[in-house]
Amino acid sequence: MTESQQPVLELLDVHRTFTVSRGLFKGKRALGAVNGVSLGINRGDVLGLVGESGCGKTTLARMLLGLLPPTSGQILIDGRAIAGEDRRTRSRMIQPIFQDPYSSLNPRKMVGSIISLPLRVHKVGDPSTWRSKVEEMLDLVGLPGRVYHSYPGQLSGGQRQRVAVARALIMRPEVVICDEPTSSLDVSVQAQILNLLISLRKELGLTYLLISHNLAVVEHLATRVAVMYLGRIVEEAETDRLFQNPRHPYTRALLESVLTPEPGLGVPVVHLGAGFPNPLDPPPGCTFHPRCVFAKSDCSEKVPSSRRDEEGMVACFLAESKRKEPPKV
Amino acid sequence: MAKRQSKDNPDVVLEVEGLNVDISVAAGELHAVRDVSFIVRQGETLCLVGESGCGKSMTALAVMDLLPRAARRSAKALNFFSMDLLKLGEREMADIRGDRMAMIFQEPMTSLNPAYTIGNQLKEVIIRHRGVSHLEARQRAMFLLEKVGITAAESRLSQYPHQLSGGLRQRVMIAMALMCEPELIIADEPTTALDVTIQAQILHLLKDLQREFHMAMILITHDLGIVARIADRLAVIYAGQIVESGTVQEVFENSMHPYTHGLLSCIPVPGKTKRGEFLGSIPGMVPTPIGKLNGCSFRNRCSYAFQSCSGQNPEIRALSLNWGYRCLLEPEKLKSPCA
Repeated sequence: MTESQQPVLELLDVHRTFTVSRGLFKGKRALGAVNGVSLGINRGDVLGLVGESGCGKTTLARMLLGLLPPTSGQILIDGRAIAGEDRRTRSRMIQPIFQDPYSSLNPRKMVGSIISLPLRVHKVGDPSTWRSKVEEMLDLVGLPGRVYHSYPGQLSGGQRQRVAVARALIMRPEVVICDEPTSSLDVSVQAQILNLLISLRKELGLTYLLISHNLAVVEHLATRVAVMYLGRIVEEAETDRLFQNPRHPYTRALLESVLTPEPGLGVPVVHLGAGFPNPLDPPPGCTFHPRCVFAKSDCSEKVPSSRRDEEGMVACFLAESKRKEPPKV
Repeated sequence: MAKRQSKDNPDVVLEVEGLNVDISVAAGELHAVRDVSFIVRQGETLCLVGESGCGKSMTALAVMDLLPRAARRSAKALNFFSMDLLKLGEREMADIRGDRMAMIFQEPMTSLNPAYTIGNQLKEVIIRHRGVSHLEARQRAMFLLEKVGITAAESRLSQYPHQLSGGLRQRVMIAMALMCEPELIIADEPTTALDVTIQAQILHLLKDLQREFHMAMILITHDLGIVARIADRLAVIYAGQIVESGTVQEVFENSMHPYTHGLLSCIPVPGKTKRGEFLGSIPGMVPTPIGKLNGCSFRNRCSYAFQSCSGQNPEIRALSLNWGYRCLLEPEKLKSPCA
């Protein structure tokens, strides 16, 4: 990557472990929620981060937002370590939109107050401009001006999510972390919010990290996709490449599970062993091997390293080897 | 709907005609389910599709007579095989529920009793309905646990719900529903709380079991992807009414009602929708059908709406034996969607 293409957001071998007590008289164990993640997002891109529950994507998001420090590794924004920045600078760089528009907005505050809160907390600009800034944001997210005086309880799910978007963007951040932004919304409202995210990205030149379990949504918005499993990135590539030619067996299983609204195709058979591992006691070698239909003896003994080539990045012995793939069922 | 099979047809497992559910709320009468009619045949999967609050779950609860106390049910006909469910008392319904008609809910953790073992709960179903011995019940429980893909079935019997993952719990729910070999299964969002890969496995399992046990299934969901892959027929529900129903092929390839059409255009389909382009969307919000209702409930969000739409609630127009939609406009006036 050349100097000018330095990623706007970068994670360098980030780890996060939690110490978990196993009971009153039992010892403590280490839970590796994020185990050596290295990722880069270029300005203007949308990186989709997919993975199932327990893979560590939410922990990763919290570290990016400064809500949780990494146990080791570095997080850089515009080349500067995020840990070194004060909260105000951080909040100008990176903002969140969370999944649940019901719990992420204070029900006792008016919408106007909710949206202007970041400005007030960080003492940005002249207080006399705050009101007009909020009105500008309401307009930007497609909400009528009178909503300024409404309370979250008076708004629908979609409207609340728009308020969350307005609040995230009022600080004009560079990067927005969208953690399952539409998962709690009805289908017809999801589309409205996704369209809003698409148009705002173009209009404001934003960079997104889109965390979602909905692969169809990710495919629609993301320019690149990273797949996470038990705290590691197992594959990362340009969206089209990943969807058309997934190299990691877990990615393949995920894509096989997507149920597109096309009749006549039936329910796909997903090639995946049933047992989801205990993160407190991860399998040796490649943590995915017990569920992998392609697993060989190497897989339970050695941890595959991430290899990057022109197709993207993948951490898998199978992908590395020159073996022909078994025919797709 | 258009000519339906008569209830004398042995093929029909459930016949619902003109079902209404009304609930008194502070703001007036909530008409949660309005004039809903459908049929499910043996071996068939019918999906009730709609967004939150549309009345699909209420419909299922009404059929099973599990409505909240404040809700009132009425129907022209509600027949399970040749039995008139409207005439059955609580005791008789309790005999049928779990035995010939079983329900699988969305949150297995709330449907499974945390204080009893899996084995206990499974056995209870068949002992209560069929009066078999504990040994027979245990054998049946193990048989079904294995059928639903749970390994080490014997050791699972002594486990408690909290010791199992969400996917396993849902499999236990399915096993529980099958204990008495029901003829009808009603599954309400059975995979919404599960991961994508587990969802595919559970749906696959349901289809396999349905074929094997020759059961009829009503699956309630908001996810049109699930509907396309698993259903034979579907009924799209909006503000308590069926606005379109037909075979999966008919409705997906040629949806007539503007709401169905709108819903289908909202969904990004990998490989089909162009990345970064705006998705179709339906402006506005779902209305809550309270009080006196005039005209078509969808008219405020409909791009085809015209004056008559506010006057009368449209009847269902039949396009073929089981395919119909609720709208004043003729098929030619409603542009067919691009695939």
